[in-house]
Parts: sequence; structure tokens; C-alpha cells
Amino acid sequence: MIDVRGLTKRYGSTVAVDDLSFEVAPGRVTGFLGPNGAGKSTTMRLILGLDTANAGTATINGARYATRRFPIDEVGALLDAQALHPGRSAFHHLLSLAQSNRISKRRVEEVLGLVGLADVAGRRAGPFSLGMKQRLGIASVMLGDPQILLFDEPVTGLDPEGIVWIRNLFHRLADEGRTVFVSSHLMSEMALTAQHLVVIGRGRLIAEDSVDRITSAAGSRVRVLSPQGEQLARLLTNEGATVQTNDGALSVTGLDAARVGDLAATHRITLHELTPQRASLEEAFFELTEDSVEYHGGDAKRPAARAGAPQ
Amino acid sequence: MSSVLPAVTHAEWTKLRSVRSTVWSLVATIGITVALGMLFCFAYTRRFDRLGLRERLTFDPTAQSLRGLFLAQLAIGVLGVLVISSEYATGLIRTTLTAIPQRRVVLTAKAIVFGVVAVVVTMIAVFIAFFAGQAVLQNKHLGVSIGDPHVLRAVVGAGVYLTFVGLLGLAIGTIVRRTAGAIATLVGVVLILPLLAQALPSPWNDDIGKFLPGGIGTALFSVRSVADRLSPAAALVVAILWLVGAFAIATVLISRRDA
Repeated sequence: MIDVRGLTKRYGSTVAVDDLSFEVAPGRVTGFLGPNGAGKSTTMRLILGLDTANAGTATINGARYATRRFPIDEVGALLDAQALHPGRSAFHHLLSLAQSNRISKRRVEEVLGLVGLADVAGRRAGPFSLGMKQRLGIASVMLGDPQILLFDEPVTGLDPEGIVWIRNLFHRLADEGRTVFVSSHLMSEMALTAQHLVVIGRGRLIAEDSVDRITSAAGSRVRVLSPQGEQLARLLTNEGATVQTNDGALSVTGLDAARVGDLAATHRITLHELTPQRASLEEAFFELTEDSVEYHGGDAKRPAARAGAPQ
Repeated sequence: MSSVLPAVTHAEWTKLRSVRSTVWSLVATIGITVALGMLFCFAYTRRFDRLGLRERLTFDPTAQSLRGLFLAQLAIGVLGVLVISSEYATGLIRTTLTAIPQRRVVLTAKAIVFGVVAVVVTMIAVFIAFFAGQAVLQNKHLGVSIGDPHVLRAVVGAGVYLTFVGLLGLAIGTIVRRTAGAIATLVGVVLILPLLAQALPSPWNDDIGKFLPGGIGTALFSVRSVADRLSPAAALVVAILWLVGAFAIATVLISRRDA
């Protein structure tokens, strides 16, 4: 369990993380979603005690991370897979981490096998591809077999095979009852990887809910194709719906498919298509973060983001 | 801290020995010390016949064979800087400090591991330089023996001085964090500061200069004692005070700053 309460971090006059509160529960993959510069990495560093918060607390299993003596059998974190000494071999990189936390050399060999790097373990890590570095980073997270795992943008730079591999790994870890917290600016990836989402923008919480509810809250639409489109659009608008026309199709919000069909039948309007559409997580994300993105070049008095989770 | 330190020291030893550049820096330290020392001794034997009596009488054969130190101190100092600045450069420091949240222990372990390695390597360097240099000087029957008065102290003092500069590099690397800036600072403290001090009007130039690294070094590895220098024992104390001060600043900064 990761518990963030009122966390605030300022760099000079810039507020990177602004009164942020959320929880990350075990047994599921929690996505930490937000546009670039939203404060995701800063929040992760604050949770790991690498940066000091100006206000608020971040605890893992009830205690601040920095108070731990040998933390990596409880918490594993991968902030930056590129953070390696280019001249040190993968094996020695892991060995030094293991030794610092009194973990055996045998475990180093085990995790190298687990991520498929056993054959290149003796080679210098500098020339590794980004995918191999990500695997090495994951090996370092798995060294202590921790119950709580944090990953900052782990799929960046991975090829499709690597993405599927890492996604399956996250699912397996969560199924084993572990707490998996994964940041990303890619909503499409989070839609497939996470069950739960913490969405932030401009350092503030925008939403914290399940992926399903966040996408359904973004509003469902009905797509309607009719030869009498204009007449139908007028009718629907009179019934309180919002209708947009694109490429001759009507995109209706505010009325469900059944109601649209009934209305058309009553007025003897022919329908060629009637399709309920669920918003993708992308659309939900854009809708949620619209304010915080607009804010970039905007009026300073404008609120940075909509607070609170949609119901 | 007590139970964490041995584990972290073990890890730092693995880090130090598993990077090729470490080995090369150490080989360079030995090579520079020995080769330059022999070169200076050889040059002296060539000039010897043309030198006046006063120059011959003030000649310090031990110090002559250790004159490679002026360059070797940079090799070991830069390695000291790199022990920590390379972690800041790659971002590895965040991994290190995530695995070991007790930051002071990280710095302590680095200082222990690097300090021990530096002592061993620099002692090897200065003893080889001494014996090789004396062998060269012996062509003109100028060589001294390690058993002569103060000679052993001067040779050991040279190794101590190199280790001192290496550890100073580690502290400066921790304070400055960026490799280039830290090396520039080290060069400034070790080479430029004594030159600036010499530009001061007398007697301030000597009064200040003898407390700077250059003056400390000369006091530690000279066989002859000179009036405007510290005694070897006093120089050792001043060197330790430099390190205490530098590591105090480094410890405060590594503990308080965002990584």
C-alpha cells in the first residue's frame, strides 16, 4: 500500500506537485497517468525519499521510505532504465545492488535468467539497446522479490514484443497480490495495462478511479446514419440531446441508442446505422486533462484542473 | 548504520573494481609517478656537472624521485571525483540512494573503499618511484637509501599526500556533482590556489601557502625541513583537517539535497 497525502513539491516558484493525495492498493496494476511534465516522476521521487516534499507525506506500508535499512526486499523501483554506468557489466551492476542489501549472488543469476539477460550478463551495459536496459532495470526491481513495485515510464522505447512482455509481467505481479504502480503518458497503453488509474495534470489530482469508470464517465455517444439526417438532428436536439454532424453521420450525446431508435420510428425516419459508442480512454484522458493542458499558455487565474473524481 | 555499512562497503568495492576506467586511472597514477620521477632524476644527473655548490648541497634526492606527484595527484584526484560524479552523470545515484536510503552511509562506504584502494596504489607508486629514481641518480652516486634519516617518512608521506588529494577529489565530487566542474574545482584547489597564494605580498604568501595542499605535500615528502614549511606531523594534521572540512560539507549536502 502506497499512501500519498497532501504531497506538495515546489522548485523555486514552480509547483511541480500540488497538494496531491491518492492511494495505491495491492492486487492490481495502478496506472499513474498524466501529460509530460504533470509531476509523475517528481511524485515517484518523493515517494522514494529521493526528493524532499515541501508539504504532505508519502508512506509505503505506513512508513516513510527513507527510514528503511534494507528496502529492496520490500519495495522495488525503476525510475530510469538508462541510469547505468556504461562500463559496468549487467552482472556487476546487479551484484552491487544485491550486496548493498545483503541479497545473494545466486539471486542475481536468477533474476538475470528471469528477464532473459543471462547470456549477455558479462557484457558492459553501455551498448545495450533500450529494451535490454529496461529488462536489466526490471531485473534490479525483482532482486529483492518485493511486494511493492514502482515503474516510471517503463514501456518508453520498447518494441511491441517488449511491451507485451512487460504488460504480462505487470499483470502476473498484480495477480500475485503485489502493489504495482506504473506511470505513463500513454493512455492507450494504460488502458491495456492498468485496472485502476490515478490521473494528474499540472501536479494536481484529476481523477482516481477504475479504468472502466473513467472511460464511461467520459460519456457514451450514439452514432446514427440516416438519409433524413437534418430532420432527425432537429428532433434529437428538441429532446435535449447534443448532436454533432461529421461526414453525414450524427454523433449524439445525451440520449441512449434505444431512445434515438424509438424517436426515429415514431417520426418514420429511416435509419441506416445506430451504434452505441463508448469513449476510449484517450478521449476520457483528453477530456479530463483538457483544462490542465490549456492552462499551459493561458490565464494564470484559471483553475489548473478539475478537482475530484468523476462518479 | 552499523549493520548497513559493511553491506554498502561490499557493494562499493564491487562497483569500483568492475569498471575498467578505475583500473586505468590507477595504472596511470603509478605510471606517471614512476616515469616522471625517473625523468626528473635523469635530467638532474645530466645537469649535475654544471651545477654550483649551493645547488648541489640543497639537492633532495628523495623529493627529486617523487616529483611525478605534481601530475599523479591529478590522476588519483580525478578518480576520486569520478567515484561519485559518474553516478550523478548517469543518474545511477538515484538507484544507489533508492537501494540505500541512508545517504551518509553511501558516502562513508565510498570513502572507505576508495581510501583503502588509493593508499595501496599510491604507496606502490611512490616506493617504485623512489627506488627507480635512486637507481638513476646512482649513476652520479647521488642516490640515497630508504634507511637514511627521514627518507622512509618522506616516501610514505608522498603516498599519504596522493591519497589525501584522491579523497579531497571524492569530497569535491560529492559537493559539486558534475564531473567537469568538480575536476576544475580540484585543480583550482590543488594547483591554482597555491599559485595565487604565492602572488600575495610576503610574508602572507608563505604563511598561507604552507596550509594549502601544495604546501602540505611538499612538507610531507621532503627530506630536508625548510623554515617556511610546516613540519611533516603538522602537515598531516592540516591535511586531515582539510578532509574533515570537505567531508563535513559533502555529508550535509548529500543528506539534504534532492538526489
